[in-house]
Amino acid sequence: MDATKTSTTAAHSAAADGTVADGAVRTGLLIVGASQSGVQMAVSLRALGFDEHITLLGEEDHRPYQRPALSKEFLQGTVESESLIFRSNEYWDEHNVALVKGERIVRIEREADGSGVAHAASGARFPFKRVALTVGARARKLDLPGAELDGVVYLRNADDALALKAQLDGVREAVVIGGGFIGLEAASSLHKMGKAVTVLEYGPRLIGRAVGEETSEYFLNAHRDRGLDIRLDARMKRMVPAEDGSRVAGVELSDGTVVPAQLVLVGIGVVPNTELAEQLGLDVDNGIVVDRHAVASDGTTVAVGDVANIPNPLPGAPEGERIRLESVNNAIEHAKVAAYSLMGRSEEYAGIPWFWSNQADLKLQIAGLTLGYDSTVVRRDDERGKFSVLYYRDGRIIAADCVNAPLDFMAVKNALAKGQNIPADAAADPAVVLKTIVTDG
Amino acid sequence: MPTVHFTDAEGAVRDIEGNIGDSVMETAVRNGVPGIVAECGGSLSCATCHVFVREDCLDQLPEMEEMEDEMLYGTVVDREDNSRLSCQLRLAEDTELYVTTPEAQV
Repeated sequence: MDATKTSTTAAHSAAADGTVADGAVRTGLLIVGASQSGVQMAVSLRALGFDEHITLLGEEDHRPYQRPALSKEFLQGTVESESLIFRSNEYWDEHNVALVKGERIVRIEREADGSGVAHAASGARFPFKRVALTVGARARKLDLPGAELDGVVYLRNADDALALKAQLDGVREAVVIGGGFIGLEAASSLHKMGKAVTVLEYGPRLIGRAVGEETSEYFLNAHRDRGLDIRLDARMKRMVPAEDGSRVAGVELSDGTVVPAQLVLVGIGVVPNTELAEQLGLDVDNGIVVDRHAVASDGTTVAVGDVANIPNPLPGAPEGERIRLESVNNAIEHAKVAAYSLMGRSEEYAGIPWFWSNQADLKLQIAGLTLGYDSTVVRRDDERGKFSVLYYRDGRIIAADCVNAPLDFMAVKNALAKGQNIPADAAADPAVVLKTIVTDG
Repeated sequence: MPTVHFTDAEGAVRDIEGNIGDSVMETAVRNGVPGIVAECGGSLSCATCHVFVREDCLDQLPEMEEMEDEMLYGTVVDREDNSRLSCQLRLAEDTELYVTTPEAQV
């Protein structure tokens, strides 16, 4: 991918106006993390009329790109890397956003007024008046003997996906460790590409962190029907090396059996990148703790997206309830909140959190947050391949998991956005169209 | 070059040359056409790339699949007979398409 503006020119152009003793004028906004949320913050700020300089800095050598396809269309080779790019170079130039690629910030120095200088591992320095952390999360590493073997891979960024694609030719059998979104999306992709795939999930059910038991059960059966070998409550002992020690050859389970695999893909969640926040002395607790306006505990740094621990944004959620969301939708909406904040406006999170995951022909759409649910309603139409679970808290709908059921998803998302309810008793009939039974208040 | 003419809800027009094989949504987003949000990046999951297609251009478009049809019932601005999700519309060499973006997508 091509060079837009190199780090040296960005750092140099800022320093050229230098007035401060260290030669750096501390103007503009530095966005650390050229991620979905970093890109959205830059775009939203320009749309709102923010007229100061913006530097959008990322540690990868690619222009800012969309991640969701990496485990699906990109892995399967049905989309090109170019179509994952967020914005054209012309767009960034026209909007006076300096893109910096391949620079990893390791330390941030700051004055009492919030301005400062960010130091990259390369030695480059990036002065700023205000800083935003859109640094995301990294793949949680597998802590087992043999995890360092070649062929044990992760899938978080474009380089991971490229490396994975490059070694697929020699792979007949693959093991996917982790039955969450990434694991099941990648497992479905690999299966579609002709690999024999075994999914090893440590927990008692699939996608346990994001969906309820009924949806987990539905996906378990659906994936087994489609040819994935799924093992729940899997206890793994080690990665088994090939005889010549060159790369992984299988995964040994605690009972001594070995699941053969020339590729082991690990998808066991992510760890928020909080190191810079900690170094800055910000409150950190499962992510960077921010208020309703995306501002961290120092009152000036904004933190957005996967890395931020935010107040539950669902309308009517109990005061003090917090959550860290890992989703495109949250990265976008939270970045908008932060952009308003940087413009001095106190706007709150708009819209209803939603999520999607495409696994083989199973299109999962989730509206709302299930936090604190006390009952569910299952709507199932096997003839049409549709399945939904509606979640209720004190009789009010708070979320839905919908598989190949966009009408249900849309109805719940819209009802939540308008503060309406969908009564559980009427919703239980799968033939009922949900949007016809919404009630006010 | 295929060309898409985007008119926003206020009547402002942007003419954008696209690449063969790209979707109308991708063409819009990459160039920062404000009326297209496209949160899901084209995987037919979000219904935030809704457009109204000029009537005389409808015939050159592919048939709508059931999923697109159902998603269109959830758009923020209600669907019309000429509504499509622009992630499902691919540009061909001779594409000359006129679309209007709705007032809101989310």
